[in-house]
Amino acid sequence: MSSVTEQQQALRPRGGLSPRKKQRISRGIQYAVLVIVVVVLAAIADWPAISQSFLNMDVAREGLPELFTVALKNTVIYTITGYAFGFVLGLVLALMRLSSVGPYRWIAATYIEIFRGLPALVIFLMIINLPLAFPGFRLPGDVYGQAALGLGLVSAAYMAETFRAGLQAVPKGQMEAARSLGMPYMRAMVSIIIPQAVRIVIPPLTNELVLLFKDSSLVLFLGVTASQAELAKFGNDEAATFANPTPIFVAGVTYLLITVPLGYLARRLEARQGGGR
Amino acid sequence: MSTVEIRNLHKSFGDLEVLRGIDFSVESGQVVCIIGPSGSGKSTLLRCVNLLEQPTSGQVFVDGIELTDPDVDIDAARRRIGMVFQQFNLFPHLTVMRNITIAQERVLKRSRAEAERIATENLKKVGLLEKAKAYPAQLSGGQQQRVAIARALAMNPSLMLFDEPTSALDPELVGEVLSVMRQLAQDGMTMLVVTHEMSFAREVADRVVFMDHGVIVEDGPPEQVIGNPKHERTREFLRRVLNPVG
Repeated sequence: MSSVTEQQQALRPRGGLSPRKKQRISRGIQYAVLVIVVVVLAAIADWPAISQSFLNMDVAREGLPELFTVALKNTVIYTITGYAFGFVLGLVLALMRLSSVGPYRWIAATYIEIFRGLPALVIFLMIINLPLAFPGFRLPGDVYGQAALGLGLVSAAYMAETFRAGLQAVPKGQMEAARSLGMPYMRAMVSIIIPQAVRIVIPPLTNELVLLFKDSSLVLFLGVTASQAELAKFGNDEAATFANPTPIFVAGVTYLLITVPLGYLARRLEARQGGGR
Repeated sequence: MSTVEIRNLHKSFGDLEVLRGIDFSVESGQVVCIIGPSGSGKSTLLRCVNLLEQPTSGQVFVDGIELTDPDVDIDAARRRIGMVFQQFNLFPHLTVMRNITIAQERVLKRSRAEAERIATENLKKVGLLEKAKAYPAQLSGGQQQRVAIARALAMNPSLMLFDEPTSALDPELVGEVLSVMRQLAQDGMTMLVVTHEMSFAREVADRVVFMDHGVIVEDGPPEQVIGNPKHERTREFLRRVLNPVG
């Protein structure tokens, strides 16, 4: 019995606190600092002004129903068209990246490096100046075409890498089985490999949709008319009209209405894939 | 004309020479089992027959057509060569029925109705008609392998290649696959089988080929190669396979 107490004694820090006690005190200090910061911020903030500037219901109401019928609708159109273009181009780039033909691989690798390395804004500014390079050439749909092109070019680079990972995750035996049944390479890709790869990459592709939804705000720089405005531009214009930033706040909340559920969906899909099958 | 004829086949992976001059043929209706230690090149030889592996040199003829000739349409040639893999390789995103019909429709351009009729016939042959609507993940390994056999048979091959078809199976599931293969052999199918199942080879094979270090060491009827091997290497291998404990 006595030896047990001796051991107990030996593990007690001499004249100090045990690690667990230290951790508890440190946690207490962190909470205290947090509370102080919140209290101070709340005390120095001008609440009436905040409510007047950011939560002004009269100004917010002025934006309806165009907030949804124009701004959100346009944001969705820009996102979907850009995503569709990026999806197709990304898949083609991924197939090129995995091709046995050297030049295809180099072209795809170069494209991916360039467009992942450029800010989306710079790509949009280049697209505006595209007519200088191709005189008389106009994209179909005008601003809509430019937006789809810009968003598509950017997202294609990211989706290409995602698709490549997905294609490589399909076991080699699947291609061998398809080829041994007499399917040509592309036929096997389309019927057997790509459907399996797409299933694997649905969660990251959903995340890409969220990113693109936010990037669609860059359409602002294409010089769009009021009827072509998406959420960010719409909020900014309304804020200027009423000399009140509430519409920007409202636009922000509208983004979250879409991005938060989509992000949740992506995590759910990911969890479902990770846990079985 | 032999169904399979192989002349002076060599295959290297980098510096590793896996096949070092193979000459060998399979006559129509014959069942040939290839045995040998792992790394002896038997799977590589099988995969060279339908050019899943590109031979480094040498010639491969199937039904008199030289597959190693670059002018030959390899996809067309492969339609006549069924292949069954160790890992089954069913298409997991498709039902059993679709696994069997997809190549018939896409490659042989059969109508959906005809493809399903032929698929049904072959599912009956392997005893799995009731699983037509199931997905591969819902089947046992033995059932998956039988579906894989039905999928290959639906293309009306003149030759079937089996690459260790029972090696990935739990012991109690081996029998059902072997009995389908036995039936196939009795129906007169030309079969080339890489296997470790000595009793199957002894009972079903017309010829047994023993390979070691990338060459064919011994080739003859099973009662000779398994029952009374001439070469020391064959005897040594059979001793280890037939008496794994001793």
